[in-house]
Amino acid sequence: MIEARNLTKIFHDKKRGEIRAVDDVSFTCRPGRIYGLLGANGAGKTTTLRLLATLLRPTSGGATVAGHDVTAAPGRVRACVGFLATSTALYGRLTARETITYFGRLNGLTDAQIAVRIGQLAGELGLHEFLDRRVEKFSTGMKQKTSIARTLVHDPAVLILDEPTLGLDVMAARAIVRFVRECRTRGKTVIYSTHVMSEAEKLCDVIGIIHHGRLVAEGTLDELRRRYARPDLEEIFVQAVGGEEVV
Amino acid sequence: MNGRNLFTVYRKELRDSLRDRRTLISMIVVPTLMIPGIMAVAGLVSYRVVSQARQEVPAVMILGGGDSPAVRAALAAGAKVRLVPATGDWRQRITDKTLRAAVEIPAGFDAALARGEPAIVKLYDYESELRSGLAVGELRNFFNNYREQTVSARLVAHGLPATLVKPFEVKTENVAPPEKVGGNLIGGMIPYLFILLCFTGAMYPAMDLTAGEKERGTMETILCSPVARTDLVLGKFLMVLTASLATVLWSLLSMGATLLIGGTLLARSGAGPMMAAQTAARGAAVLPTLDPSGTLTVLAMVVPVAVLFSAVLMALSLFAKSVKEASSYVSPLVIIVIIPAMMGLLPGVELNARLALVPILNLALVSKELVSGVFHWGYLALIFGSTCLYAAVALGLCVRMFNREDVLFRA
Repeated sequence: MIEARNLTKIFHDKKRGEIRAVDDVSFTCRPGRIYGLLGANGAGKTTTLRLLATLLRPTSGGATVAGHDVTAAPGRVRACVGFLATSTALYGRLTARETITYFGRLNGLTDAQIAVRIGQLAGELGLHEFLDRRVEKFSTGMKQKTSIARTLVHDPAVLILDEPTLGLDVMAARAIVRFVRECRTRGKTVIYSTHVMSEAEKLCDVIGIIHHGRLVAEGTLDELRRRYARPDLEEIFVQAVGGEEVV
Repeated sequence: MNGRNLFTVYRKELRDSLRDRRTLISMIVVPTLMIPGIMAVAGLVSYRVVSQARQEVPAVMILGGGDSPAVRAALAAGAKVRLVPATGDWRQRITDKTLRAAVEIPAGFDAALARGEPAIVKLYDYESELRSGLAVGELRNFFNNYREQTVSARLVAHGLPATLVKPFEVKTENVAPPEKVGGNLIGGMIPYLFILLCFTGAMYPAMDLTAGEKERGTMETILCSPVARTDLVLGKFLMVLTASLATVLWSLLSMGATLLIGGTLLARSGAGPMMAAQTAARGAAVLPTLDPSGTLTVLAMVVPVAVLFSAVLMALSLFAKSVKEASSYVSPLVIIVIIPAMMGLLPGVELNARLALVPILNLALVSKELVSGVFHWGYLALIFGSTCLYAAVALGLCVRMFNREDVLFRA
């Protein structure tokens, strides 16, 4: 479960002054559900997710992830979270097995537990062929599968996914979507940011639209369709953020 | 701080770095090849230049002295020089290096000698030019001998013994042990090389493990793990320190191997006995060596300096967004490191309590003494303690930087 309460993050820039990247955002993500965070580039999606993953500290407000406070117990939060983003790359000079083992150890798993997890994940994701090859030689799809295994090695209760399909080809993107669905089936709490409307339509149980750091709309797809009287999510999004000219 | 996590991070960084060609080059290849390379190239080049210069019979011009055939004839017969006809452009020819030197014999030189009157012979050379210097040395030898012969002839003419003007001889003999001679001759170079290699060994890994990770996107991946940031940065720091110390250790091993192999080759080629004979002629029986315990103490003194370098390099590189940006911050530091290291090589700069607090310079100065086998325990404690303090401050700064989100996620 993720609960964000008046989450706010302010950056200070010499040229632009005070930037409210996340402004008083509150929402709840429940286990077994996928919460989609929709927004244009620079809307505040990544900052929100980084706050939840404790990579950044909130300026004000707060959040709890799997019952742990992001400010008071960031280490415990990270132990319960699997964070995957386009900006979370892999070590090129390590093999897939070494990568998964490394993150398993960092998450406090014993070598025996890691060996079991690698066996499970390799079977589920089809890693066997390239498990002992160096990541630098991998295709994008192979890298993405290794990243998923790295994210899941400690079997986290919460998954924070920041535009995980960005820049991927169709097959790799489908693998991600399949993996996210499986996580939902297993009862994990998933928060998924994207600016691809079709992806959100297919995947998300609840959608939050973020614009200029503020959560401007929230609800299930049906609720949003009813509220904005439009069938298409893209149209709903444009209306929610105040029209095409403001995007 | 969690020792298990710290070790996990360190072990991964070590494995990752040992697979990186650039780290291996800076950590092993450069120190292994640098010292024998410098020694071989410098030795070979200087040997060839000097022997070629010595083989040349220098062209020398006599200016004036037309009325002094005796000295001219003696010069032509006695000096190992090639006399060339006098021309008006002799200054230019010396500058152009087509003429090595010129000797000006004053008018009526022979006659003045015969009358017992003083005369001044002038030598013209190209100062600091090797071949010109050799030519002037030859001319100076000739005129010294010619003066002695003249004095002896005058004494004999007056019925006096030659020892009248040379009542005693002066001879110099070295009594310092070879390691002290070695310490003075090459002792300054050892810490200079150690300091430089210690710095360059840490440079690339420091940039790669911080700015490089940001650039490749692996920094965010590792920050997502539950490991405390202090453990992460200390694990990375230990890797940078390992690279720095490994570079110094390799250079030490390489230096030892070079001296061993070089000495054996020198002995086999026959140049060894010649050099030993030259050294013996100066009073020492063997080639200069370095005090082993002193050299090992230098190595121990390098450790806190390596900590200081690693921490400062990491703190600076952490601020950068890419390796390119990091290298623009770090490269100027090489000058800041070299200047105090070089100051330690300057003659007359001696270790005192105040200089013992100046980082890098203090190591350069105390190392000169250490490799000569001289241990100033008070200064050693002061230098080690102060450097440890600076290193701790730098490491604290590095940890602090790693805990700052505006540094890690600088846009």
